[in-house]
Amino acid sequence: MSKQLCTLKVNGDTCTVAAESHHTLLEILREELGLTGTKHGCELGECGACTVLVNGMPVLACLTLPQQIEDAEITTVEGLAVGAELNPIQTAFAEQGAAQCGYCTPGMMLSAKALLEANPSPTRDEIAHAISGNLCRCTGYTAIYEAIEQAARMMQPEHAGARDRE
Amino acid sequence: MSDFSVIGHRLPKVNTWDHLTGRAKYADDIFLPRMLYGRLLRSPHAHARIVSIDISRALAHPGVIDIVLGPDMPELMGIMPSTQDETALAVGKVRYVGEPVAAVAAVDEDTAFEAIGLIDVEYEALTPILTIQDALRDDLPKLHAHSKEANVFKDVHLEFGDMAAGFAAADHVRDDWFFYDGNTHAPIETHSSVASWDGDGKLTLWSATQVPHYLHRELEKVLGVPRAHIRVIATPNGGGFGGKSDPFGHEFAACLLSKRTRRPVKITLDREEVFYAHRGRHPVLMRMRTGVKTTGQITAVHAQTWLDGGAYASYGIATTYYTGALMTVTYQIPAYKFDGVRLYTNKPPCGPKRGHGTTQPRYAFEIQLDKIAADLGLDPLAYRQSILQPAGSRTVNGLRVTSMGLGQALDAAAASSSFGTKHGKLPRGKGVGIAGSAYMSGAGLPIYWNDLPHSGAHVKIDRGGGVTVSCGTAELGQGSDMVLAMVTAEALGVRPEDVHVVSGDTTLTPVDLGSYSSRVTFMAGNATKDAALKLRALLADVATAKLGIPGDRLAFAHRRVFDRDQPDHGMTFVEAAVAAEAKHGTLVSVGSYKPPADIRGKFKGAGVGPSPAYSYQACVAEVTIDLETGEVKIDKLTLAHDCGRALNPVSVEGQIEGGAYMGAGEALMEEQGFRAWMHKKPSLLDYKIPTSLDTPPIEAIVIETIDAEGPYGAKEAGEGPLNPVVPAIANAVYDAIGVRIDETPITPEKILRALGKLPGRAATNRIGPDGLETAQPDPKPFIRKLEATPAGGGDSD
Repeated sequence: MSKQLCTLKVNGDTCTVAAESHHTLLEILREELGLTGTKHGCELGECGACTVLVNGMPVLACLTLPQQIEDAEITTVEGLAVGAELNPIQTAFAEQGAAQCGYCTPGMMLSAKALLEANPSPTRDEIAHAISGNLCRCTGYTAIYEAIEQAARMMQPEHAGARDRE
Repeated sequence: MSDFSVIGHRLPKVNTWDHLTGRAKYADDIFLPRMLYGRLLRSPHAHARIVSIDISRALAHPGVIDIVLGPDMPELMGIMPSTQDETALAVGKVRYVGEPVAAVAAVDEDTAFEAIGLIDVEYEALTPILTIQDALRDDLPKLHAHSKEANVFKDVHLEFGDMAAGFAAADHVRDDWFFYDGNTHAPIETHSSVASWDGDGKLTLWSATQVPHYLHRELEKVLGVPRAHIRVIATPNGGGFGGKSDPFGHEFAACLLSKRTRRPVKITLDREEVFYAHRGRHPVLMRMRTGVKTTGQITAVHAQTWLDGGAYASYGIATTYYTGALMTVTYQIPAYKFDGVRLYTNKPPCGPKRGHGTTQPRYAFEIQLDKIAADLGLDPLAYRQSILQPAGSRTVNGLRVTSMGLGQALDAAAASSSFGTKHGKLPRGKGVGIAGSAYMSGAGLPIYWNDLPHSGAHVKIDRGGGVTVSCGTAELGQGSDMVLAMVTAEALGVRPEDVHVVSGDTTLTPVDLGSYSSRVTFMAGNATKDAALKLRALLADVATAKLGIPGDRLAFAHRRVFDRDQPDHGMTFVEAAVAAEAKHGTLVSVGSYKPPADIRGKFKGAGVGPSPAYSYQACVAEVTIDLETGEVKIDKLTLAHDCGRALNPVSVEGQIEGGAYMGAGEALMEEQGFRAWMHKKPSLLDYKIPTSLDTPPIEAIVIETIDAEGPYGAKEAGEGPLNPVVPAIANAVYDAIGVRIDETPITPEKILRALGKLPGRAATNRIGPDGLETAQPDPKPFIRKLEATPAGGGDSD
């Protein structure tokens, strides 16, 4: 084993780390960059807890080698809020009680972000499909649907600037 | 709206913001300077003697710092002090595939992983015991020398009321067998611990545990270090469901490795290991004999249960009792007999999963009630309503029932799902089913039988109006921190976000027994309320003087203390706090809670089952069955839950929805299956838990009965909602296709078998066990005692 230099663009920051070449994006994020908001539940691509966005698309960090995505924009849960301004998805998850233990939540919110960027007004069925790779063991998904629907409403142009706090 | 400014309001949890921004520190998120990484070597044998262990190759591997083995921690441990039969790492013998044998500490995870492959263990294989039936045989090897007969861990026999008279008075007796398969919690966070032995010889353990207090006790026992020198911090659990409420080998191993290396040591289980750590739902074979009048009124119930406990005790003694104890709190049962046996088998230990031991008999009994209703031509809803155990009553086995909302829950679930217009009236392939259930708001007796409080809390107010509540509860996501914050805020008239919650830290917080048995809202809530009201009294004392009004006109809300009749006449909370501190000194109070003594009967075994209050729930399941593929699709679950009072409706609804989801998984998909002694599916790919696409629409209905002893009237919400879901689905399957599936999970294969659609198999109107296979010669007396007695007649024993 030997360490290799690897440069990644994470949440807008360009970071260079030395890491074992077989280490996954998940391990780099958590162990080299201290971004422990990205979770792991299986490290085999089964649970979705490690979902991050790569150029806006949801990707399982546990199955991704950093060498594959050196020029891409990576977004983790730490990059959802902009400064003090929470993403509407975060606000909606809080208000709807969509995070119970919170462990699947980072990956779930990133899947939701990718969905809402592609489809600003998803149906419940479309939401269910979009998050079907993110296992949640607490909520029964109901509150998650409600949160994503609330976030969709908050992100509609007429709501921009006046955040819906229903 | 109520008089409350906080209680009953839909509020975001105080700790949710850290979860939503990636800041929450779960155990595996902790990285300490010079930290080592540990990994466990696990047994490949189900039952074997350890002949020798050679660690020389592993120790020589570059980067390996230390290795510990079972004999380094030979002290017996386990969650229940009376049945401790485990060691942190196996000593002399292994009893299930996956049992920890050795623990390595290395400079990184890769090295630790390589090192366990370099440990040479010689095993001498023994005959594994894998079934309830084999565990009852006395001609096979014993897992544990202390089993008095065969591989029996515990047998329980209780009888209340006049059974002979009860069965003699019956017009109709049903005698049914059921099997509830095992399944597991599968929290998304795997278990993880970080131990740090500090320079002063004191130990800190951060662990994903539901029970920091019990872990604290076990660490003292196993490590031989006084509890005064150990600090256990329960990190936020990424889901628990009962799966993190035992002390585990990796927790002790991390501590000992840290003690020996004087470096922090982290051990995080991988997903496969979580299936071996298990402590999940016991597989239970059940026989229910129930006598009824033609009206359906119950005259007697004889419940028999056989629990496949796996290799160690865990909570098994309590589980065994729970398969009988709570049967009586839902419907009137004048005579009741219970025989339960828990057996050791060479499989991962079973323990408490959401609904702990009550889920399986509730499944059986609610299906049997459905059968009785069908036999007698009764409507299953009206029938249940006609036999309810009344509020403010005492059951035949001595349990005290206070508030009781099963009737309202049944009505609400039925009304919202139009059960009455659907049941028995839908086309073939579509059906609805109903079931009721109950659960406890915390165990009435502690695991360690003593006179100490079950829950303690501190509240302090600082001069800036900040409020801190400290309590030993563990936050699993169920919202226990928010309960503490809301109860404190309501009592003092501040906002929950003004309350700093310190929980689950054996050094900083007073003991709370832990986040299990759905005890936190009721018990920690009452302790917190007790503490907060003591400070409120001090603030009231200065406020009445300052405002010149009688104390009963004082109101505390919206960060003010004011005259209820003239809300403008008042002072700020900060002013009141400063004045109170000036007069009474530093504002700190303590509160505690212990359940009343009269909630249980007086007999051996009366300690398991009693609770200061029971929650009640009812579920209506609507299903569509594909008659060609056998697939059961749940169209909707309507689940009503009597939680006393919803302190935070968002949290209560979340628990109801989560219970519905988990029950649906147990009903249709989840089974802890084994191929001989190998776990068939120790991964989330093979052990299917419902995804968003598998989860039906869920309607959660909150029923409030305002329990007189609950904090602001509240009872539990965490576990009960799972219980009625599984039998409601089974009853819906019967309504849809006229087939009884008397065992879980209800798979397409079983449906097709029942429908006669499997090649060479005739249709059958029932799938399920027919009895305890008792083909062995000369069964021991306790087996005879449990053996099937002829159906239909009076009970001779």
